[in-house]
Formats: sequence, C-alpha cells, structure tokens
Amino acid sequence: MMKTEDRWAGERLKETHFHPREAALNLRDAWSSWNGYKFADYYYDTEYEYFCVRNSCGTYDICPMQKYEITGGDAEAMLNRMVTRNIVGMSENRVTYVCWCTDEGRMIDDGTIFKLGPEKFMLTCGSPCLAWLEKSVFGFGDVKFVDMSDKIAALSFQGPTTCAVLKKLGLKGIENLKPYNIKHFSFQGGKLMVSRTGFTGDLGYELWIAPKYALGLWDALYAAGEDFGIQPYGEAATNMARLEAGFIMPDMEFNEALKTVHFRYDQTPFGLNLGWLVDFKKPHFNGRRALLQERSKGPEYTLTKLDIEGNKPAEEATLYCDKRCTRQIGYVTSAMWSPVVKANIALAMIKTEYLQGDIWAEIYFGKELRQTRKVAKCTVQKKPFWAPARARATPPQAY
Amino acid sequence: MKRYDAIIIGAGHNGLTNAAYLAKAGLDVLVVEKNEYIGGAAVSRELHSGFTYSSCSYVCSMMRQAIHRDLNLTKHGLVLVPYLGSVAFGDDGSTLVSYPTEGAGYNQLRRYSPHDADSMFRFQADLTRYSQLIRKTLLRTPPDPTSFRPRDIREMLFLARQFWALGEKELYEYIRFFTMSAAEYLEDYFEDDLVKATMASPGIIGTALGVYSPGSAYILLHHVMGDVDGNIGAWGLARGGMGAISNAIAGALQEHGGEIRTNAGVRQILVKDGKAFGVALENGDELHARIVVSNLDAKRTFTQIMDKDDLPPGIYKKAKNFKIRGSSGKINIALSGLPKFTGVPDNRYVNRGGQTFVGSLETMERAYDCWKHGRWSDDPFIESVIPSAWDPTVAPPGQHWMSNFVQYCPSELADGPWTPEKRDQFGQTVIDKIERYSPGFKDLILHMEIRTPFEIEAEVGLTEGNIFQGELTIDQLLFNRPFPGYAQYRMPIKNMYMCGSSTHPGGGVSSACGANAAREILLDLRRPNTVPEDDFYDE
Ligand SMILES: Cc1cc2nc3c(=O)[nH]c(=O)nc-3n(C[C@H](O)[C@H](O)[C@H](O)COP(=O)(O)OP(=O)(O)OC[C@H]3O[C@@H](n4cnc5c(N)ncnc54)[C@H](O)[C@@H]3O)c2cc1C
Repeated sequence: MMKTEDRWAGERLKETHFHPREAALNLRDAWSSWNGYKFADYYYDTEYEYFCVRNSCGTYDICPMQKYEITGGDAEAMLNRMVTRNIVGMSENRVTYVCWCTDEGRMIDDGTIFKLGPEKFMLTCGSPCLAWLEKSVFGFGDVKFVDMSDKIAALSFQGPTTCAVLKKLGLKGIENLKPYNIKHFSFQGGKLMVSRTGFTGDLGYELWIAPKYALGLWDALYAAGEDFGIQPYGEAATNMARLEAGFIMPDMEFNEALKTVHFRYDQTPFGLNLGWLVDFKKPHFNGRRALLQERSKGPEYTLTKLDIEGNKPAEEATLYCDKRCTRQIGYVTSAMWSPVVKANIALAMIKTEYLQGDIWAEIYFGKELRQTRKVAKCTVQKKPFWAPARARATPPQAY
Repeated sequence: MKRYDAIIIGAGHNGLTNAAYLAKAGLDVLVVEKNEYIGGAAVSRELHSGFTYSSCSYVCSMMRQAIHRDLNLTKHGLVLVPYLGSVAFGDDGSTLVSYPTEGAGYNQLRRYSPHDADSMFRFQADLTRYSQLIRKTLLRTPPDPTSFRPRDIREMLFLARQFWALGEKELYEYIRFFTMSAAEYLEDYFEDDLVKATMASPGIIGTALGVYSPGSAYILLHHVMGDVDGNIGAWGLARGGMGAISNAIAGALQEHGGEIRTNAGVRQILVKDGKAFGVALENGDELHARIVVSNLDAKRTFTQIMDKDDLPPGIYKKAKNFKIRGSSGKINIALSGLPKFTGVPDNRYVNRGGQTFVGSLETMERAYDCWKHGRWSDDPFIESVIPSAWDPTVAPPGQHWMSNFVQYCPSELADGPWTPEKRDQFGQTVIDKIERYSPGFKDLILHMEIRTPFEIEAEVGLTEGNIFQGELTIDQLLFNRPFPGYAQYRMPIKNMYMCGSSTHPGGGVSSACGANAAREILLDLRRPNTVPEDDFYDE
C-alpha cells in the first residue's frame, strides 16, 4: 500500500528526540509548543508531576531549547562582549548563568554558557538567538557558531532522588559533581554529558547526548529510576517549581527586548534583580553605558518576591500601597499556591520607591463562576521560597 | 523549685502544637511524654532496618494549612505529598479505581452503572457543601449555647450564619445527615453495591459503628472534609512518615524556647484548693506550673491521672462513661517488593496509591457483627496504603512497606484477654485476606508489626485504642466534646486545660485541638493571641 501523504505536514509541530516515549506517557494529550516543537504541558496531572520534582524525580524535555556551539580563538572574547557577566577565566567544564542586553541595556534573553574547551562554548537559551549572534560576532575574526538545537538531545532530570538514579545508571562519581559543573561519561557507545544544572531550585542534572542515543538514554534512565519514582513532567509543573525557586520566565517576568513594542515595557537586569550578573569591571560589553546609568539611577520597577496572606493565588493582580487601593504601585507577574512551602507566593514588578512601604494585592477569583475581589496584604521575601540544602550539597545527602 | 508557665502532658501532635503556640507567646513551657519518643499517634518508627513505619496514623488531610504555614513547618522538615490512584476491591474481585480526572472516573463508573456515574456529580457537590460548612468550625472554639457572653453569642451567630447559608432545604438535609447511617445516606445516590460500599467505607474507619449504624454518615464526612492544598477530600503522605509532622512541630516549639522531656510519664495531676499546680511523674519527681494542659483523652485524664476527690461531682462519671470504644487494628508490613493485585493494571498510576478491601455493604456489616460479639472480623474491612511507592525515604529502593488499617478489632475479646498468640492470629486473618487479592503477597513479607487496640492503648495511651480519643458521634461533637459545658478547653479544675483529640474538632492529625486550646489559654492569661485564623473562609 502506498503511504498516504500528510497534506498538513507543514503545519504540524516537530517532534523531539524523546517524543515516542513521551507520547506513550502523555495520557491527557496535553500538548503545547515551544520553538516549533510539540511539547507537553503535562502528562498525567500537574500537581503529581510537580511533586515528583520535589519528592522523587522527573524528566523534562529540553530538546526545544536553543543550543549554539561557539568555537574559535575569539569565541571567549566575543561572548564576553555579548553578555553582561564576566566569563573570562571560567574553568573548563563549568556552566554559568548569563543575560545579554541591547545597546539600551534592555534584556534580550537569559541563558547559560557551558565552557567545553579552551576555545569551545555552548550557549543555551529559551528563544532563538541566531540573528543576535550574527550581529555579535561582527568584528571578531576567529569565531564560528553553529546552531546545534536539533542536533543535541537534552533532558532535564530534577528531584531529590536524581543522584541515586544516575548512580544506578552507572555514572561513576556523579555524586561528586558540584553545582554548575560538567562531567562526561561514555554511554552505550556514545558520549553523555551531564551538567548539574536545572530550573527547579532542587537537586538536579541536565543530560546531553547525540540524538541517536536519545531513546536508549530514556529507556535506561527509566529502568534505573523505576524504584525512585521517575516520571516525565511538563511545562505546568516546571512553572510551579521555578517560581518557588524564584527564577524568571520570559513572557511572564520579562519581555525579550527585541520583541517588545512599547518603549520601556522591556526590562533591564537591575529591574529583574539580576544586577549581580552585570560586571562593570570587565572590558566593554553590550549595553554597558546604559546599564551604568540604570545602576546609578535605580530601576523604575524591581522584581520582588511576595508572600501573600490567604490562599487565593494573586494571578495578574494589581498592587497598591494602601488597602483602599487608591495608588497603584505594581503588578504580579507570576503567582501560585506553593504546595511544598504552604504559602501563597508571587513574583511582582513593584515601583522601586514603594518597596519599603505597605504592599496590597487586589485579587480577583471565581467561586463557581461568581467573581469575587479580595485585597490581601503582601510581605516582601528576600530569599527564594524553596531552597533545600540538597540542591547545593556535594555529595547531595541521601534524599 | 522552678515553676513553669505551663506543663503539657503528652507529646502527641496536639500537645506539641499547644506548647508551640504558648511558647510563641513567650511562655515558659515544658512537654512531658511517657514514651521515649514523641508524636503519640502521629509517629514514624524504624522497627525493621531500613523501613520507617507510620505506626499509627498513616495519611494526612486534616492538618491545618494555616498552622503549617504559621509555624513554618516546612523549614522544620515537613513536606506533605498528595497521593493518587486508590483501588477499591469488591468481594468478587471487581475493582473501582479513584482516578484523578473526572473523565476517567466517569467512564469507569459507567461500566458499573450509568446512573451512578451521573449521580456521583451530585454526591460530590453535596458532600463538598457539608464539608465546607464543617471545615469552617475546625480552628474555632465551639460556643457554649447556654451562655450569654458576647463571645459565645458571636460564635453562635457565626455558626447560625453558616447553616443558614445552606438554604432551607439543605438545612433539613444536613440535620438528617448528622443522624443517618452511611449506607442509608448513599441509598439516595447510588444503586451499585460496590460503588455504595466504596463510598461508605470512610464512615466506619476508627469508629465502633457499622455502615448501617446511625451516625456513620458524619464519620464519612469527617474523613473527607480535609484537604491537601485546597483539594477537599484529597489525602497526602508526610515525607518521612507521620512522625515528620510531630517532629516539625517539635522543631517549631524548640525554636520558640519550649522544652520536651521524654520518658517522663505523669502519674498524677497535682491539685490544691481546686487549682491545678503541677504534675507528679511516675519516677516520683514533682514539677510545678501555673497551668497544666492534658493531651490525653478525656477518660484517661480524669480517671487515671487525677484523684477522684479533686474533681467536682459528676465529672468522674461523665469521664467514665465517655464513649471511647476501640474498634481498629493496624498492621504495618515490610515487603521485599511491590505487591501486585489481581485485576489492577501494573502501571505507575493505579498500582501505587492505596487499596481498600471493601467487599460489599453486607461484608462490612458482618465485619461489624464480629466486633459486637467481642471477636475480630473474620473478613475485615482493610484500608491499605503503600507509602514507599510515593515516599523514597521510608524503605530501601525496590522494597516497600504497607500500612493496613483494619476494621474491626475489639479492645476486649469475648474469650478472655488479648495475648500475643491472639494478636498474631488477628494479623494472620488480615494477611490471608490480602493474599486473596494479591497471590504471592505473603512471600514478600519481611517483617510485620501487628497492633490491636490493646497495643495501641499500651503504647500511645489511647484508651481502649480508640483512634479519635473518643467517638465522633453527635453527642460528643462540637459543644458536646468532650462533655457538654466543657467544650472550650477549660476543665472543671482551675488552671487546667485539655488539648487532645478528645476536644473539638476531634480525632485526626489536624493540630486544631492543640491550637484552639492555646488560644483559650492565652486569653485567660491575658497574653496576645498567637494562633492564626484558618485561611479558607472565602471558600
Ligand atoms: C491506628 C491509628 C490510625 C490512625 N490513622 C489516622 C490517619 O491516617 N489520619 C489521621 O489524620 N488520623 C489518624 N488517626 C488518628 C490520629 O492519629 C489521632 O487522632 C491523633 O494523632 C491524636 O493526636 P493527639 O495529639 O490528640 O493525641 P495522642 O497522639 O494520643 O497523644 C497523646 C500523647 O500522650 C502521651 N501520654 C499518654 N499517657 C501519658 C502520661 N500518663 N504521661 C505522659 N504522657 C502520656 C502518649 O504517649 C502520647 O504521646 C489514627 C490513629 C490510630 C491510633
């Protein structure tokens, strides 16, 4: 029989290297998309998947994340010119968190840089960055970059039992891998790169391998993880975990500068509480002058962690400096009930000058379709809502 | 001699909660506990190497979220994990899975009865309505209906408003509900026996009532009114076992400067001129305090550690007649692997949660008949959970422990006292039954802890082994708990209070009794209140 041609092939989302296994476990058919890939919102139950990350372990498909390999004698200088953080002197097999800005100091994206060799780096980020990279290499002679996004299969593996599972998988010495470090293993004839990184604020690793080994890795990992509560988790659970960890998300906490329409509706690193990523002592970098000015003047809005009374998530709430809600001072960017901390938490952009005073959230919530309004007191929280010791400890203590 | 501000007798989770709130208010508090470990019926114990049992209570849903948050119990190590996917087994081996999504649950119920699949929506709505009402009373002191003090009137009005909000028709239904049996109540909704039996089963847990006994409908409600993160009726596991709850509360207590002394059983509450002033320990030591708080059940408090002559007339008798009948056993089993159950697909979602061996309404009622005649049930109702399938910290990888709650098991046998042999026979009855549904189960057993009401009383001090510190029947609920006129945590002796599950809102790991008692004590001592309000009044 002739294979019928899919007339809508061009419309369909691409499938990641782990898709066959994920599709079998996506009992709810809850798919959305990320960078053109079919991508699970959740597989079975968001809350359940969230608890796998906090209580046992789970895998999150990061194949759709953008990955660029940047090589050459000028690679380091070029990246150092592009991002705000100083990456010179980074040791090999280390990962660092970075952001990069426009000339006006507005944030384009955040991501991570992996130093894989003296002249070899990998940059990862949420959105495509090709055009900006092309601009950034201008003036540098010996630098080459390749979009590896489709050529590396990557799986984030997060949760308290992850180290035990990787040990069982046969990754010798994995327990000695420190946060933000990288280790290489041979695996089923291929090369497996493991970084102790993640987006959940918990103990966790990211696994990087050539696509042809992807399903083999999945099967081996799930076999080893069987007795350790392994489960795939989707975007919804990730979003919960990252909010508890205090991590920012594009389209929630920040607008990517290059996609922002309204003047100053994008953000600077200072406004996002990422001032620690900006190093004025290093040689010139993109956005430096504007950021110097921003630092001395202070950002108009500052990203703030809030603990809010009651249990109604303050989604999209407006913030005021008085209970009567007469003066607006900011807005909530992400909010949820935190099951592990048992607190009503949020990230919010608040006008910097009002940070010291009272903060009230005007929350709307529905009760069987009837809309109700509630004004709740907010308390500023300095530390991440969730930061267990195991996330930093090496070796991570028994789960 | 040192004089504490308060001595709390018993380091059950309520005693610890009470002490934590008193310490938070700046009082100098001491908790004295007879066992060498704390937690009472909310305890984790490693009785077989590598396996941590929740020896008594095993699942959590009533814990007041407001208290978890207020005492920062997460910082003190407490993480509550909801579990999913329980399966109920009928006598003939048929199964009913509780799926987390409405669609899957609906499709399954239709296989038994399209009518029941439809009725389930109405049943859930009605039960949620009743739950919401009763939930609002948990972290409040019951009003005294005969008093004219402004506080009592205010609280009576609060209650009246909640009831009134049900609407006239539902108000009648609700009053009816309180006096009905679980089985009768379910007749209004369902036709299939397995569906009825499954839904009725929470109505008999921990109580000396049968599915057809008036009052069991309320017990059903008591078991579904809790929540995990706002999901009413959901149940969770405490990471590290139920002892993690007690330990976290103890951590908060110590953070606020409170003291705990274990191996310090109280022989007697010391009273002079009608006022409590301390305790005498079993080892002969005397400790003094401005107030004394008992975490023990009402019967034990007034008939065992108090002198009858110190009590006003009538109280001793009330305490002696307090309904606190033991009816449950608990078997904790260490397993070399995950048991498989006939008819249950072996997937990560349904074979991992709990198992309830309900049989049928008739099987459950027959099980109750045995209890009435002073025997343990020969075909008992069992509610099982395998915590290790969810919690990686309580058993070695690949191995498991299973908690089996058994209904019914009497505290006194018709044929003479409990003996270790009889206890083991009781355990055998239970594992024989499980084996019927899970061939090969017995081969997995590495270790067993068998507990009848006799062991439960001996270890935890729950009189007759009653898990709730007194039956949850209308004559012993709200302003009647433990006795009419004494529902506000103050006892007939001056400077003496109660804070255990014998007080409102009753049994279960909720911390509510202890917190409510603390609020009353602080009021009497003219200290600012440290106890938070519950956080769902806009439910
Ligand atoms: C087998 C079983 C299963 C249960 N299952 C669940 C469940 O799954 N979920 C749930 O929510 N609830 C469950 N419960 C009920 C729940 O555990 C109890 O209602 C609750 O733990 C009682 O707490 P408490 O602090 O009021 O009293 P207790 O826990 O009874 O504490 C009393 C304390 O006083 C101590 N004591 C006794 N006598 C003396 C003395 N003379 N001197 C000093 N100390 C003394 C005891 O050792 C104990 O530590 C269960 C109970 C049992 C027994």
